[in-house]
Amino acid sequence: MNFHLKVWRQKDTNAPGTLEEYEAENIPAGASFLEMLDIVNAGLTRKNIEPIQFDSDCREGICGTCSLTINGIPHGKGRGTTCQLYMRKFQDGETITIEPFRADAFPVQRDLVTNRSAFDRVIQAGGYISERTGSAPDANSVPISKVIADQAMDAAACIGCGACAAACPNGSAMLFVSAKVTHLGLLPQGKPEKNRRVLSMVRQMDEEGFGNCSNYYACEAVCPAGVPAAFIGRMNREFTAASVKEMLGMSV
Amino acid sequence: MTLDSKIPPGPLDKKWTTFKNNAKIVSPANKRKFDLIIVGSGLAGASAAATLAEQGYNVKCFCYQDSPRRAHSIAAQGGINAAKNYQNDGDSVYRLFYDTIKGGDFRAREANVHRLAEVSTSIIDQCVAQGVPFAREYGGLLDNRSFGGAQVSRTFYARGQTGQQLLLGAYSGLSHQIATGAVKMFPKTEMLDLVVVDGHAKGIVVRDLKTGEISTHAADAVLLCSGGYGNVFYLSTNARGCNVSATFRAYKRGALFANPCYTQIHPTCIPVSGDYQSKLTLMSESLRNDGRIWVPKRKEDCAKEPASIPEADRDYFLERKYPSYGNLAPRDISSRSAKEVCDEGRGVGPGGLGVYLDFADAIKRLGQKTIEERYGNLFEMYQNITGENAYERPMRIYPAVHYTMGGLWVDYNLMSNIPGLHVLGEANFSDHGANRLGASALMQGLADGYFVIPYTLGEYLTTQFGKKVDPKHPAFEKTLQESKARVQKLIDIKGTKPVDEFHRRLGLLIWDYCGMARSSEGLKEAIGKIQQLRAEFWSDLKLLGTPDGINMELERAGRVADFLEFGELMCLDALVRDESCGGHFRTEHQTPEGEALRNDQDFAFVSAWQYTGDGNLPNLVKEPLVYEQVKLATRSYK
Repeated sequence: MNFHLKVWRQKDTNAPGTLEEYEAENIPAGASFLEMLDIVNAGLTRKNIEPIQFDSDCREGICGTCSLTINGIPHGKGRGTTCQLYMRKFQDGETITIEPFRADAFPVQRDLVTNRSAFDRVIQAGGYISERTGSAPDANSVPISKVIADQAMDAAACIGCGACAAACPNGSAMLFVSAKVTHLGLLPQGKPEKNRRVLSMVRQMDEEGFGNCSNYYACEAVCPAGVPAAFIGRMNREFTAASVKEMLGMSV
Repeated sequence: MTLDSKIPPGPLDKKWTTFKNNAKIVSPANKRKFDLIIVGSGLAGASAAATLAEQGYNVKCFCYQDSPRRAHSIAAQGGINAAKNYQNDGDSVYRLFYDTIKGGDFRAREANVHRLAEVSTSIIDQCVAQGVPFAREYGGLLDNRSFGGAQVSRTFYARGQTGQQLLLGAYSGLSHQIATGAVKMFPKTEMLDLVVVDGHAKGIVVRDLKTGEISTHAADAVLLCSGGYGNVFYLSTNARGCNVSATFRAYKRGALFANPCYTQIHPTCIPVSGDYQSKLTLMSESLRNDGRIWVPKRKEDCAKEPASIPEADRDYFLERKYPSYGNLAPRDISSRSAKEVCDEGRGVGPGGLGVYLDFADAIKRLGQKTIEERYGNLFEMYQNITGENAYERPMRIYPAVHYTMGGLWVDYNLMSNIPGLHVLGEANFSDHGANRLGASALMQGLADGYFVIPYTLGEYLTTQFGKKVDPKHPAFEKTLQESKARVQKLIDIKGTKPVDEFHRRLGLLIWDYCGMARSSEGLKEAIGKIQQLRAEFWSDLKLLGTPDGINMELERAGRVADFLEFGELMCLDALVRDESCGGHFRTEHQTPEGEALRNDQDFAFVSAWQYTGDGNLPNLVKEPLVYEQVKLATRSYK
């Protein structure tokens, strides 16, 4: 298969970027999107053009490293990560535009590589259960209903790729944050810190420059882990309840 | 050189307790005075960083990924073993220990494995307390599944994403410690070398992958948690970035590399489809709980639609050869059996390199819904990659490189022969012998990080009071300059071939000569070919761009340069180990039925290799494997 590529090239965070055009030739239909880029890069190197820099690691859809906006859609069409997109899903001869994930809180570092450390800082703000290694009770001492455990798992499945924020017209990270708030908030182990957690994670999210949710649901549509947008409503309820407690001077 | 494994005295099941009762403890006031470097943020690295920081040490943690949450532990699918015996099916610490020793074909260190089995139960408690959403039964208690090489159900799981959930648990603990300031995290930072001061590991050289800056960091001890070397095969189930550089650089600074030829070929991966491919995808071994593996009995049937082949014309070869374990035979045996039937010409799919993994019976027995619940994401993944629906047509699978049992040599305290240098998780050699059982990698990574190193690190640190290293010691500057020169040397080659081409060719060599079957003749040939390829690399590599800023080709070139040296060491180890054991199958040594033929008389030892300079043969140091408890037996899964 052959493709005409328009690829975002940008030297560093402060330099202006442009869309450069390249040809991708003789690409096997069974190649993944990233393998197509590998082939293009080998060709560019031979032609003395610096290869396109893009992030990827596990290449099996779980690590959340790959992060391309393909024809305007984070991770491209279909449900899944960029690495799980196969060239057979494109038309032969198609023009494909490739850009980095775009959100105010994800500055471009080079070409298609963005800095998503804002997500790490949001987790550091409270996305954990404070417990000391060695102090845990027996794992079966607290039964958790299968329904709750499954729901917590649905939320915990988030891979932290950032597609949600990149797809959102507001650059909102509420799907990401609500997934962690929901995962931990549902489980009995996470309840003691529930209020503090939601307050500090949401505040950190705002501080990082992520926008607010105005119900576009673009996040849910592109999420490769299938995290439902309903969790955002759940987080809003938790946040409101915790804020009221805080305003009333109750300890959170 | 002799190796002291520092195994505590006393009966096997009391050794760890004896050790803990007598362990040297660093008091809370003194912990604050010690700086630790941890390289890697996977299960071993993140759990060690979180736990040691929480205890009061000052930790610096480095990873090449853009976030510690992306380490490759995240890709483990199936589960984690623990001797909880929640199923009341006869499991015990001893049974988990014995299964692991036997699974490793009696080439692991007894005392380490027993300790692993002992602490396994605490790992599950710890993870549940962290909020890891393990699968549960309707009554609210934890569910288990069975895995290869075991006759009990002791594997805990979180859908097909157990590694992800365990890593995110450890990452949450790590994040908590980063927030308190106890851990300073350096993402997108790769270790280039180890700094050894007066014989002790006291720091590392790193390259900031964003800016290209190369700098040094000093500490009182260094912990390598940098994973395995499966990417020496180019195509493996490892992430693209996984590499041997941290451990191999330590080897070149004097740390012994143990059993490099022990690699694990996982039986259930999606077969290779073309030479453009950049990695292989694993289908969790848990699928073998419900899937049945077969090929047609006759070559002529291979091209037929599988459903059209009647039962009588199918060869369920694992069930036939190993009736008591069946489709759950250990990984090395299952992989080799698949290779055998494909070598006989009975493989299916493109190139005849595949066998069927069939769920038709399980769907009939349990219904599609149950199968979907158990393996839904794996079936989806399979369909996405191959375009086939495995609910309707059996999966095609073939073995692929997945894990490496070899690694840096460590003693009972997880310290290498370089004082101060500790090695955890897949990066060390100690627990899995010549073959690892499924669901045991996650167990070992977390055991080392949460429950072993916090106790054993004191043995070294208590000898280091008042001996803080001076970061201006000339060893730091010297190692820094050597690393910078090496990077520049790669840039200056200015040849004609991109780095992946060398990596791919190296991978094919290793797969052909040091993969599922090895022979003296082949290994000797491979060593010559690797040397040639290495020479070609250093004269014909083409790298564009500068060492400043993001340059991923440069990162890969540095890693491939190390693989090109390491591959030779691996073949040498395979050549010297003139027996078959576990994943190391020497064609000269097999039973009439084609099973691995061990030679305990001559080879019941750990091969630890000592670097003696470029171009010289490394020195082989042997640690004899002394079994106090188990009797060496021929592994049988029949």
